[in-house]
Amino acid sequence: MALALLENEKIREVVNGKRIITKKPELLAPAGSLEKLKVAVHYGADAVFIGGQEFGLRSNAGNFSIDEMREAVAFANPYHAKIYVTTNIFAHNENMDGLKEYLQDIESAGVTGIIVADPLIIETCRTYAPKLEIHLSTQQSLSNWKAVKYWKDEGLHRVVLAREVGGEEMRLMKEKVDIEIEAFIHGAMCIAYSGRCVLSNHMTARDSNRGGCCQSCRWDYDLYELEDGEEKALYEANHEPFAMSPKDLKLVEAIPHMIELGIDSLKIEGRMKSIHYVATVVSVYRKVIDAYCADPENFKIKREWLEELDKCANRDTAEAFFHDAPGHEEQMFGEHGRKTKYEFVGRVLAYDEETQIVTLQQRNYFKPGDEVEFFGPEIENFRITIDEVKDEDGNVLDAARHPLQIVTFKCPYKLYPENMMRKEND
Amino acid sequence: MLNKPELLVTPQSLAHIPALLEAGADAFIVGEQQFGLRLAGEFTLQDVKEAVALVHAAGKKIYVAVNAIFHNDRIEALDAYIAEVAKLQVDAFVFGDPAVIMACREQGITIPLHWNPETTATNWFTANYWGERGANRAVLARELSMDEVVEIKENAEVAVEVQVHGMTCMFQSKRPLLGHYFLYQDKVMAIENRKDNRNMFLHDDERSNKYPIYEDVNGTHIFSPNDMCIIDELDELFEAGIDAFKIEGVLQTTTYVTKVTALYRKAIDTFFDEGAEAYDAIRDELQAAVEEIQPDHRPLDTGFIFKETVY
Repeated sequence: MALALLENEKIREVVNGKRIITKKPELLAPAGSLEKLKVAVHYGADAVFIGGQEFGLRSNAGNFSIDEMREAVAFANPYHAKIYVTTNIFAHNENMDGLKEYLQDIESAGVTGIIVADPLIIETCRTYAPKLEIHLSTQQSLSNWKAVKYWKDEGLHRVVLAREVGGEEMRLMKEKVDIEIEAFIHGAMCIAYSGRCVLSNHMTARDSNRGGCCQSCRWDYDLYELEDGEEKALYEANHEPFAMSPKDLKLVEAIPHMIELGIDSLKIEGRMKSIHYVATVVSVYRKVIDAYCADPENFKIKREWLEELDKCANRDTAEAFFHDAPGHEEQMFGEHGRKTKYEFVGRVLAYDEETQIVTLQQRNYFKPGDEVEFFGPEIENFRITIDEVKDEDGNVLDAARHPLQIVTFKCPYKLYPENMMRKEND
Repeated sequence: MLNKPELLVTPQSLAHIPALLEAGADAFIVGEQQFGLRLAGEFTLQDVKEAVALVHAAGKKIYVAVNAIFHNDRIEALDAYIAEVAKLQVDAFVFGDPAVIMACREQGITIPLHWNPETTATNWFTANYWGERGANRAVLARELSMDEVVEIKENAEVAVEVQVHGMTCMFQSKRPLLGHYFLYQDKVMAIENRKDNRNMFLHDDERSNKYPIYEDVNGTHIFSPNDMCIIDELDELFEAGIDAFKIEGVLQTTTYVTKVTALYRKAIDTFFDEGAEAYDAIRDELQAAVEEIQPDHRPLDTGFIFKETVY
């Protein structure tokens, strides 16, 4: 890979004639609940971002109480994983009340930092919760190195770039400014510059910049032209209506490039996403980052990693702005997402090597005869056909029907707690 | 003692300025799309120079928009542009991106700055924050209620500007969404011509709304389905001491903007010269006068001034 070496930071070195990466970027995962956070950390995230009950942008996401944040920190500490709390609304006057106390509570819970867009929250945090790191949210649509320098001068620890910033732009930012840079690598994206879209406000009276976004950009519209007072349609009957829905971001193949650029944190979007999504995406990126850093010269993207990401995708994917401006083929016309190819059906609680019996918590319907796939950080994916299934009392079941029901069955390959079982959708 | 708010307008061309002065405008925003967002007209540096002469001769003010969302590739040009415009003795720069503050600091430029990030200027603390970093005015988000606007003014240490009339940008994407749609439909002619066409709109069947949409070097812009008009509801803003009222003229005709300017001039002068009762007596008449010149495809509303949002 022909990349200029960055002089200001040590990203790589040669050991015994072999080039290795010494600056491994942080893999940052989303978590909408304590359970998802534990999965993200267990599956290899170096850091997790979560929402609190106030001042964050996902009104509908599972959000953490201060006690849950404390529990999250306690869980993450042995893994040396960090927790960041999103507090990235653009506040109205009425939202100022309670901010100081809230930030102090977050600080006391032991989280590492907050992700912020509004200077009100930045300044309040600096004054009243100074132990927290301050990361500028992508809601500020930070797109140039001089603005990065502004936030560096303001004392911020890290900036999250706009989704519209490409790899070459990131390079210049890293060269010009000594500040941690976080960039999105995977997940759903705004088609607008973040923070600069109020479609929701106008169409549904829900404030997008305070967490009310109703995703009007994913709807269909008809494009017209007004000509001499006459409305003329600009679409053909055989074409889909005007749409702005972007394909989801997937930069798995650009990870080596991003590592060489010295990007500090690689961010996966999706606090609303499922536990299966978090586990799958985190584990793939963990493998990609580790494999590249260990041996960059012989690194190759494995087909199975790409296939694995596809198993939890509910939209087509694209590289958006990383290499070049995205074209029309990176948008979706007439499509509104799809069902994922696989669904999460069970979570491993225990495995007895002697009897080869797995104890599993049911997360979705399955039955004997189903072909299922297991995955997890300790194992290579494998498939089995389910044989006899029993409940906790040893009763034979015709199917595992009940959510969270504890069941057992035989599995000839070793499993570990928190491994997951998935099944292909019909 | 209350002062009259400044009546700020968006001329479409040099030729439009005398008519707007005549109609009673106090201040003008000009610029070019390389640096400014969603301008009513394009003003080259030479045009800005001539506009400054015209406006200053009338004792009025002129501001230059540098409120684009800048990427690295425009940073050097921004530095040069700010330096050139500064020589023209304009009265302020309108900015959203902190790169503009940095550029002014680096070059020792002391022309006042108006903070205008559009959708994200939503509370008084943050208005004052940018005030401490060089802005002397905050241009408030259009998505605020009357109470929120008034409370911001009560607590602001910077001047406060609010939009009172015209359409509102709801959305900006870096992507050329019209071009992409035409490419998807394989319409070559439409792709080539799309940037000259400012007559397009999106029809939202469910809400029976029509949203104007156009593309330029900054990407794709989508606008509100209605034109905001609060010419009959200005008393609270007068009494709160709001410093500037903006009439947004993007995508309107010059004649329309000039007429609307004259009507707001009358509203302001009546209130301050003849009193609140005199304004009260003509408010319906003013509203009716706007309705009379309003294009058929642009319904009027009061924006978010009397509308609450939830989240």
